[in-house]
Amino acid sequence: MMTLLSLQARLSVAILLLVVLCALAAPFLYPGDPLDMIAAPYLWPGQDWHYPLGSDLMGRDIAAGLAHGARVSLLVGAAAASLTLLIGVLLGTLAGYYGGWIDNALMRLTDFFQIVPRFLLVIVLVAVLEPSLWVVVLSLGLTSWTHTARVVRSEVLGLRNREYVQAGLAAGMSHARIILRHILPNALTPILVSTSIVVAGCILAESGLAFLGLGDPNAISWGAMIGSGREGLRTGWYMIAIPGLAVMLTVWSLNVLGDSLNHYFNPKLRD
Amino acid sequence: MRAYLQRRLLQFIPIILAICVLNFGLIQLAPGDLAEVVAGESGQMDDGAGTEQQVAELRASFGLDAPLHMQLFAYLKRLLSLDLGYSHRFGAPVSELIADRVGATALLGLSSLTLAVLAGVLIGVLCARYRNTRLDRAVSALMALCYSVPVFWLALMLVVLFGVKLQWFPIGGMQEVGIEAQGPWAQARDVLWHLVLPVTTLALYSTAVYARFTRASMVDALQEDYIRTARAKGLAERVIYFRHALRNAFLPVLTLIGAHFGELLAGSIVIETVFSWPGLGKLTYDAVVNRDTNLLLSILFLSSLLVMATSLVLDLLYARLDPRIDLER
Repeated sequence: MMTLLSLQARLSVAILLLVVLCALAAPFLYPGDPLDMIAAPYLWPGQDWHYPLGSDLMGRDIAAGLAHGARVSLLVGAAAASLTLLIGVLLGTLAGYYGGWIDNALMRLTDFFQIVPRFLLVIVLVAVLEPSLWVVVLSLGLTSWTHTARVVRSEVLGLRNREYVQAGLAAGMSHARIILRHILPNALTPILVSTSIVVAGCILAESGLAFLGLGDPNAISWGAMIGSGREGLRTGWYMIAIPGLAVMLTVWSLNVLGDSLNHYFNPKLRD
Repeated sequence: MRAYLQRRLLQFIPIILAICVLNFGLIQLAPGDLAEVVAGESGQMDDGAGTEQQVAELRASFGLDAPLHMQLFAYLKRLLSLDLGYSHRFGAPVSELIADRVGATALLGLSSLTLAVLAGVLIGVLCARYRNTRLDRAVSALMALCYSVPVFWLALMLVVLFGVKLQWFPIGGMQEVGIEAQGPWAQARDVLWHLVLPVTTLALYSTAVYARFTRASMVDALQEDYIRTARAKGLAERVIYFRHALRNAFLPVLTLIGAHFGELLAGSIVIETVFSWPGLGKLTYDAVVNRDTNLLLSILFLSSLLVMATSLVLDLLYARLDPRIDLER
């Protein structure tokens, strides 16, 4: 298990580094607007080496779109995952630590968000609030935190009655200090190691939104490239295949990375 | 049982109310209101002078000039009597629009769910049986790839391969035009034919999820004492795996099915859009494109109700399958 796992893990880290590098280098490699129509349309990959990955229906450089799209995917993924963690950890900690009616109210709120179909709610939010990158981030963050909150809550609940916490209370420590210094550092490991899986989910959701035309119309993204490539489905399927592969490899790498970290930090899960 | 049902239904009330209030808030947030939409559609938005007055009159007739809390009450009253309003974009009552399309989505969703649960559980059991062998590793790696794929992309790639290049399957729609004339059997076969690609796409992703989950759950179950007892009794492996281990390992999978039910509709949005499948997902997409907020929110409301109902049914089923769970407590 370990050898293959580390092979997969190494591959995933390499892919992620490449994607991050592309995202960082995009403004230098392709300084113009990736939405500009600069090439002849319908260039297959390899047909013209100025545009190694070809061009789409409108003559936009696919390689440039891919590099700039990496920025959008990573930005949305990271920002939405951060928001998810922030909300989930905050609500989970409050619920687990204080218990009682706070716990009850927060858990009903969690129930609510688990019952409303998530992707549908995101679509509704983005459609109503007008698509922009920040609306997408906000909608994804506001709807994805339930799992995090439940995990943090159960961790905190377990730690709350430990003797060292009771000792801290008896010694007159403030709740804030106990939570921040003594409970959270112990409760966060399972959440932090699976952060990359949350990022992966957000990137996947973002690409779906952009595909449906609910992304930021002014930013190029992988999902939007797939969406606009649909019209060339019969003749130029590479326009769809290339950005889709980018999404798949990135999401796969993040998932594998999260799984590997999980295995490493939660030895109980190993079988 | 009855006491439990009552309690659960009572718990649903605040959630239903919360969804109604959320919907109402979103309607308020959406730019433009119903009066402007209707006035715009009657084609008199451009000439300026009479428009203001017309919009104001329309507002009054829709009750949109009432104070906010009165509007909220009116909205709640309508929703709770399941009056979902009228879609001015599609020129039909919302309930009718939705009722027309539920069947297609249910067909698509339930077939892919059945397929995914069967395949996923089977693969999961197989992986648990041969865990940490080359087979398990290869299958697990493949499954990891399956749940990293954007479904709409997978759908498009299958369309390119099987629809455009090989031309084995139709690339969109639910049936050929005029197939009804050839009798019910031909029609059923045609619909089945059209189902292949969308169902495969939807099922591949969920199969991966169920396989992974079943494998983990089976590995846990196989370490229990009763499995050792069963082995000691000399039972056949097949009996041990399917009758003893899977029976217990399946319970958590059941919960997953419940959680997935809501995703079913959400997942069908992209799939139905790609395959122009005439179901709720396509309707959702059309509502988004046409900025029909009310229709969109009605779909959200009804699918939330559906998820609630499913979770209730699954809980009852759970109690039936696992005698250790006592609903009365």
